[in-house]
Amino acid sequence: MTSGLSFDIAHLLAGGLVLISFMMLYQDRLYALLNVYAFHALVLALSVSWQAWIQDAPHLYVTAAIALVFKALIIPAALHRIIARLGIRRQVEQVVGAGLTMLAGMGLVALSVVLMLRLTRSVETYAQEDLAFALAVILLGLLIMVTRRNAVSQVVGFMSLENGLILAAAGARGMPLVVEISVAFSVLIALIVIGVFLFRIRERFDTVDVAALDEFRGEKQ
Amino acid sequence: MNLIQLAFSLSVLLLALAVVAVLMRGRGGVSGAVYSLSAIASGLLGIAGVAFLLRAGAPQLMTLPIGLPWLGMHLRLDVLSAFFLIVIGLGGALNAIYGLGYGRHEEDRARVLPFYPSFLAAMTLVVLADDAFSFLLSWELMSLLSWALVLSHHRKDEARQAGVVYLIMAAFGTMSLLLAFGLLAREGGYGFEAMRAGAGVRDTAVTVVVILLMLLGAGSKAGIVPLHVWLPLAHPAAPSHVSALMSGIMTKVAIYGFVRVTFDLLAPAPWWMAMVVMAIGAVTAVMGVLYAMMQHDLKRLLAYHTVENIGIIFIGLGLAMGFRSNGMETAGALAMTAALFHVLNHSLFKSLLFMGAGSVLTATGTRDMDRMGGLIHRLPVTSLLFLIGAVAISALPPFNGFVSEWLTFQAILLSPELPQWGLKILTPGVGGMLALAAALAAACFVKVYGVVFLGRPRAPEAASAVEVDRWSQGAMAALALFCLALGIMPGLVIDALQPIALALTSGLLPAQASDPWMTIAPIGAGRASYNGLLVLLFIAASAMMAAWLIHRLAARGVRRAPAWDCGFEMDDPTTQYSAASFAQPIRRTLGSIVFRARETVHMPPPGDNRPAHLEVTLLDPVWDSFYGRIHGAVAWLADRANVLQFLTIRRYLSIVFALLVFLLLVLTLWN
Repeated sequence: MTSGLSFDIAHLLAGGLVLISFMMLYQDRLYALLNVYAFHALVLALSVSWQAWIQDAPHLYVTAAIALVFKALIIPAALHRIIARLGIRRQVEQVVGAGLTMLAGMGLVALSVVLMLRLTRSVETYAQEDLAFALAVILLGLLIMVTRRNAVSQVVGFMSLENGLILAAAGARGMPLVVEISVAFSVLIALIVIGVFLFRIRERFDTVDVAALDEFRGEKQ
Repeated sequence: MNLIQLAFSLSVLLLALAVVAVLMRGRGGVSGAVYSLSAIASGLLGIAGVAFLLRAGAPQLMTLPIGLPWLGMHLRLDVLSAFFLIVIGLGGALNAIYGLGYGRHEEDRARVLPFYPSFLAAMTLVVLADDAFSFLLSWELMSLLSWALVLSHHRKDEARQAGVVYLIMAAFGTMSLLLAFGLLAREGGYGFEAMRAGAGVRDTAVTVVVILLMLLGAGSKAGIVPLHVWLPLAHPAAPSHVSALMSGIMTKVAIYGFVRVTFDLLAPAPWWMAMVVMAIGAVTAVMGVLYAMMQHDLKRLLAYHTVENIGIIFIGLGLAMGFRSNGMETAGALAMTAALFHVLNHSLFKSLLFMGAGSVLTATGTRDMDRMGGLIHRLPVTSLLFLIGAVAISALPPFNGFVSEWLTFQAILLSPELPQWGLKILTPGVGGMLALAAALAAACFVKVYGVVFLGRPRAPEAASAVEVDRWSQGAMAALALFCLALGIMPGLVIDALQPIALALTSGLLPAQASDPWMTIAPIGAGRASYNGLLVLLFIAASAMMAAWLIHRLAARGVRRAPAWDCGFEMDDPTTQYSAASFAQPIRRTLGSIVFRARETVHMPPPGDNRPAHLEVTLLDPVWDSFYGRIHGAVAWLADRANVLQFLTIRRYLSIVFALLVFLLLVLTLWN
C-alpha cells in the first residue's frame, strides 16, 4: 500500500492543496477568490478519495462526495449569488501587501512541515506528510482571515481552514464518519449564519467591509 | 453504631437542620428549635470525641459511595480528629445555647439560622475527612458557609467589604491547599492513607514545599501574619455567637489541617522549617496583640487577640517540629501537648469573650469602647464572666490560659538540648516574644475591662444598659467554669492528650493524674511543676484575708464619692481614660515603630472657643507594604489589559493566530 506511486500521488494532491491556498492568498477579486476556493475543494475531494482508495476505507468516499458537492459546488455558487445580489464591491482590500503575505505564508508552511516531521516520527511516512500539509493549509486559512477586511473573503478563509481539517482527518486512519459528517454540517450551518449576517451587515452599513463594524463600535482602525 | 458513624450521622443531621431552617423560615419557634437541636447535636459530637479520646482505640474508618468516582468519600476518626471533635462540639453546643437567647435580637434570622448548623457540620467533616477530596470539599463548604454568616448583616458596608476580603483570602488559601495535596498525592493517591505511606519515600524538597503551602493555606484561615487581614474584618462583622464560632473554632480547624498534614502525613521536616514556623508564630503573636492594643472596637480587638493566640499555638507547633526532626520525642510531646492544650483553651475563652462582647453589644447597641463604661453596675453577671475570660486569656493563674502558656515555656526551656545552633539561638528569642505578647495581652485586657466595665458610663447607651437573658448568661457561665476547671485540673487534659502526642511525635509525657493535689510536672518532678488548685486556694485565702482586714481596720460600708478629676469636680465622663489614652504609652513606644503612629494636637487659634483635639494616625504595615503593593500591581496589569477590550474583530483573530503560531514555534523548538 505504501508503494512509491500511491505515496507520490497523495503527496502531490496534498501539496496541491497548499499551493492553491497560496493562490487564495494573493487573489484580490472576490469572484476569482471563489473560483480558486472551488478548485481548492475539488482538489480536497480528489485527495480524500485517493486516501479512501489506498486505505481501502469506503466511508472516506462519502467525505469526498460531501466536499465535492457542498464545498466545490453549492457554497461557491451561494456566495456568488450573495455577492451578485448584494452588489458587493468585488475588490478585496488587503491589510498587508500581497508580497509580505506570501512571505508569511511560506514561513508558516516551513513551520508546519518542521513541526510535524519532528512530532510524528512514529507515524507512517505518508500520513506524516499529509499532516504537515494539513497544518499548513489550516494556518494559511487563518492567515487569509486576518489579512482581509472583506467579510466574504474571511468566510472563504474559514472554509479553506476547514478543508485543512478534513485533509488531516482523512490522513489519519480510523476517523469515524460521524465526525466528518458533523464537521461538514457545522460548516454548512456556519455558512448559513455568516450569509445571514452578511445580509444584515449590508442592510445596516451598505458595505460588507468589517471596518464599518468597528466604526459602529465607536472605534477607529 | 460506632463513634465515627455517630459523628457522621450527627453532621448529616446538622446539615438537614439547615434545610429545615430554610423551609421553616419566618415561623415563630424555628430559631429556638434550630439552636437547641444544634446544641444537642454538637454536644453529642463533643461527647463522642471525649469517648473516643479516653478509650484511645484504633482509628475507625468509614467509606461512603459519594464523591469522586473511584475515590469515594473516606472518613476516619483517630485521636487527633477526636480531640478537634471535642473542640467543635463543646464550642458549637455552648454557642448554640448562647444563640438561643442572643438570636432573639437578631434582625435577619433567616440569614443566620440555616448557616449555623451547616457550618458546624462542615467543620466536623473537615476533621473527619480521610482523603484530599473530602477534606477540600468540606473545607470549602466551611469557608463559604462562614462567608455567608459574615454577610448576614449585608446592608452594612463594613460587612460587605469584609466579605470581599474574606472571599479572596479563602480562595487563595484553598488554592494553596489544593497544590499541597497535589504534591502529597504524587506517591500514591488522594487518600490520606496513601499519603502517609508515601512519607518515607518523599523528597525533602517536596516536604518543605508542602509545609510552606500548608502555612499559606491553613495559615491564612487560622490568621497568621501577614495573611490575617481578613480575620479582624470578617469575625466582628458576623453576629456575636458566630464570631465566637469563627474565632474560637474555625481557626482551630485550620490548625487541625496544618497538624494533620505536617505531623501525620509528612515525615519529619528539616530542622530549619521549625525555625520558619516558630518565627512566624512569634511575629504573629506580637503583631496580633499590638494590633489589638490599638483598637477601640471591642469585637475587632478580640479578633486581633485571636491572631495573637494563633501565634502562640504556632510557636508550640514549631517547637514540636524542631524536637521531632531531632528525634527528641518527650520534648516534642511536651510542645505538641502545649499547642493542643492552647487550642482547647483558646476555643473556650475566646468563645466566652465574644459572647461577653455580644452581651455588651446587645445591652448598649455599640461596639465602640469609647461609648461604654461603668457596665459592671448594669451587667453584673456578664462583667464577672467577662473578667474570668479576660484573666484566662491574659494567662494568669489559676485559669487555663496560664497552663498552656506555661507548658509552652517549659518546652522553650528545653531548647538548649537541641543540637542545631540556629534553633538554640532562635528559640529563647521566640520565648522572649511570647513573654512580650503575654504581657501585652494582659495590658490589653486591663484596657478592655477598665474602659468597658469600670469607670462611669461615657454615653447614654451605656448608662441605660440592661443585663442579657438567662440562656446567654448560662452559656457564658459554663465556659467560665470550664476555664477554671481546666486551670485547676490540667493533669487530666494533659493525660488525655498523650495518645495524640504519641501518634504525632512518638513521645509521651509522664502520667499527671496520679500526682497528688492536681500537680503537673510535665518533664519530671525535679524540674518544674505547677499546681493550679494550690494557686487558687492561695489566691482565695489571701483575697479573703485582705477583704476581712480592710473591713476590720477601715470603715465598713460603701461610700460613694466623686471620682478624682484633677481637683476639679467635673461631671463629664470624657475626663476618664479612654481606650486610646490607655494605649498611649504602648502606642508611643512600640506603635511608633510598628504602625508609625503619629499624634498631632490641633489647637484652635486664640479667640476660637472650639475644643482642641488630638489626632492619632496609625498605618497598617501589612496593608501598606504587602497588600498595597499587590493591589497596585494588579491594578496596573488590569489597566494595561483594558486595551484588549476595545480591539477590532480582525485584531482579535490576529492575536489568536499569533498565539497559535507562537505556541507551534515553542513546540518546534522544544522537541
